[in-house]
Amino acid sequence: MGKRSVIPYGPQHPVLPEPVHIDLVVEDERVVEAIPSIGFIHRGLESLVDRRDFNQMTYVAERTCGICSFQHGMGYCEAVEHIMGVEVPDRAKFLRTLWAETSRMHSHLLWLGLLADGFGFENLFYQCWRVREKVLDIQEMTAGGRLIFSVNKVGGVLKDVTDDQLKFILATMDEVEAELKVIKETFFEDYSVKSRLVGVGVLTAEQINALGAVGPFARASGVNVDMRKLGYAAYPHIDFEPITSNDGDCYARCYVRMMEVFQSIDIIRQVIAKMPAEKDLAVAVKGNPDGEYFMRVEQPRGEAFYYVKGNGTPNLERMRIRTPTFANIPGLCEMLKNTELADIGLLILTIDPCISCTER
Amino acid sequence: MAIMKFAPQALKNLFLKPVTTTYPAEPYVYPERSRGHIEISIDDCISCGMCVRACPCGTLSVDRAKGTWSIDRMDCIACGFCVEKCPKKCLTMVPGYQTPGGDKKTEVFQKSPEVMAAEEAKRKEAAEKAKAAAAAKAAAAAAAKAEGQETPAQ
Repeated sequence: MGKRSVIPYGPQHPVLPEPVHIDLVVEDERVVEAIPSIGFIHRGLESLVDRRDFNQMTYVAERTCGICSFQHGMGYCEAVEHIMGVEVPDRAKFLRTLWAETSRMHSHLLWLGLLADGFGFENLFYQCWRVREKVLDIQEMTAGGRLIFSVNKVGGVLKDVTDDQLKFILATMDEVEAELKVIKETFFEDYSVKSRLVGVGVLTAEQINALGAVGPFARASGVNVDMRKLGYAAYPHIDFEPITSNDGDCYARCYVRMMEVFQSIDIIRQVIAKMPAEKDLAVAVKGNPDGEYFMRVEQPRGEAFYYVKGNGTPNLERMRIRTPTFANIPGLCEMLKNTELADIGLLILTIDPCISCTER
Repeated sequence: MAIMKFAPQALKNLFLKPVTTTYPAEPYVYPERSRGHIEISIDDCISCGMCVRACPCGTLSVDRAKGTWSIDRMDCIACGFCVEKCPKKCLTMVPGYQTPGGDKKTEVFQKSPEVMAAEEAKRKEAAEKAKAAAAAKAAAAAAAKAEGQETPAQ
């Protein structure tokens, strides 16, 4: 047995600009234990419910995260809509699904680029982000913001997507798919990529279940959890099956996220094909929310959990967000045990951490 | 060999135009819906304060007496909620981000003197009308009272 020492890792991460801090207990070059500490960027968004009414909170909830902002806004709005018994028009549901999938695409492409950067393949990193830019252009054109959409409101959506824009989206999806096929083969077959990813940080399905991990991180170990199957927004009308892998290593996580980008392209095509022609985008909402609701949505990083409680006044009594990274941190600490110190940067990256969301 | 599949793409990139642009030398073309910043056509504003109440970050303020509408651009998150709530539709979200500045300053929009004078005249007229109505009402009430007093005497 070698001598044990503690290496503080973070809050600066070599690749990801997320302030995750982990104390690594190492024995020679092997990690024995990982102790996380969070709280560097706590902003107190949840306590703003005292001072902002429930309509304003839509914009606050959306700014919890810069990458999966749309799903945060959607999750919050759907929770309030369930409390108030509001039925959203069908077109608004389809538009929400469309935007949710473009934001999943850009989030996964961002992650794939960062992963490539993490194992030192700079050119692949650049290719992923070049493709991602096309998805961001769609978002800026349809919603007005590259990352922060601000199109959700309680009762529906604020902006419509015109037929010309839908055609443009379809054309862009074809381009993105063609370019991604080249990138996919490099990710899946390249020798240098495989040597860094295959067999690193393996977690079994039992461990994932015991630690409560969610999202692509869990699906890569063969646990079939996908909140989209619960049927919020327009997902009941969409034909898709969650992508899983049984290997549970970094390569499987890369595989799941890469295939999910293709799945998102497929879902977007289905959404556009089935888009209802009606012009209603929102219903008028009267009164204040009174009651409570648990809403679960599938974000790019996994299941996000919204608890909203209203008491009949414009200000909510309580809002609680449990973000996917928070659920994945125990899994991360388990995964880090018995790994080489040189792989730590990459391993932390493979859960796709979003610490800014986690600390709200 | 996957590297062979990636090589044509990498070679192609050598001869393509750069994907990035040399902003700000080459100006960026914003899409029509881009949420850049908020503009106001101040003379249509009725100083109702709906935008102030809607704003999630408290960056707006309205002074009815002075006829001003002010915004702190640094605090604005460009969500567009004030634009949605404005009853006169005098607020608009326009493309083009604000240029960054060294100091934090509040931008104040002032109504033109003609509009202010017209509003003042309107307000005076309304006040006079209200006064006249109140006087008429009082007179009517007094007359009714007098009549009421007279009735039992008869």
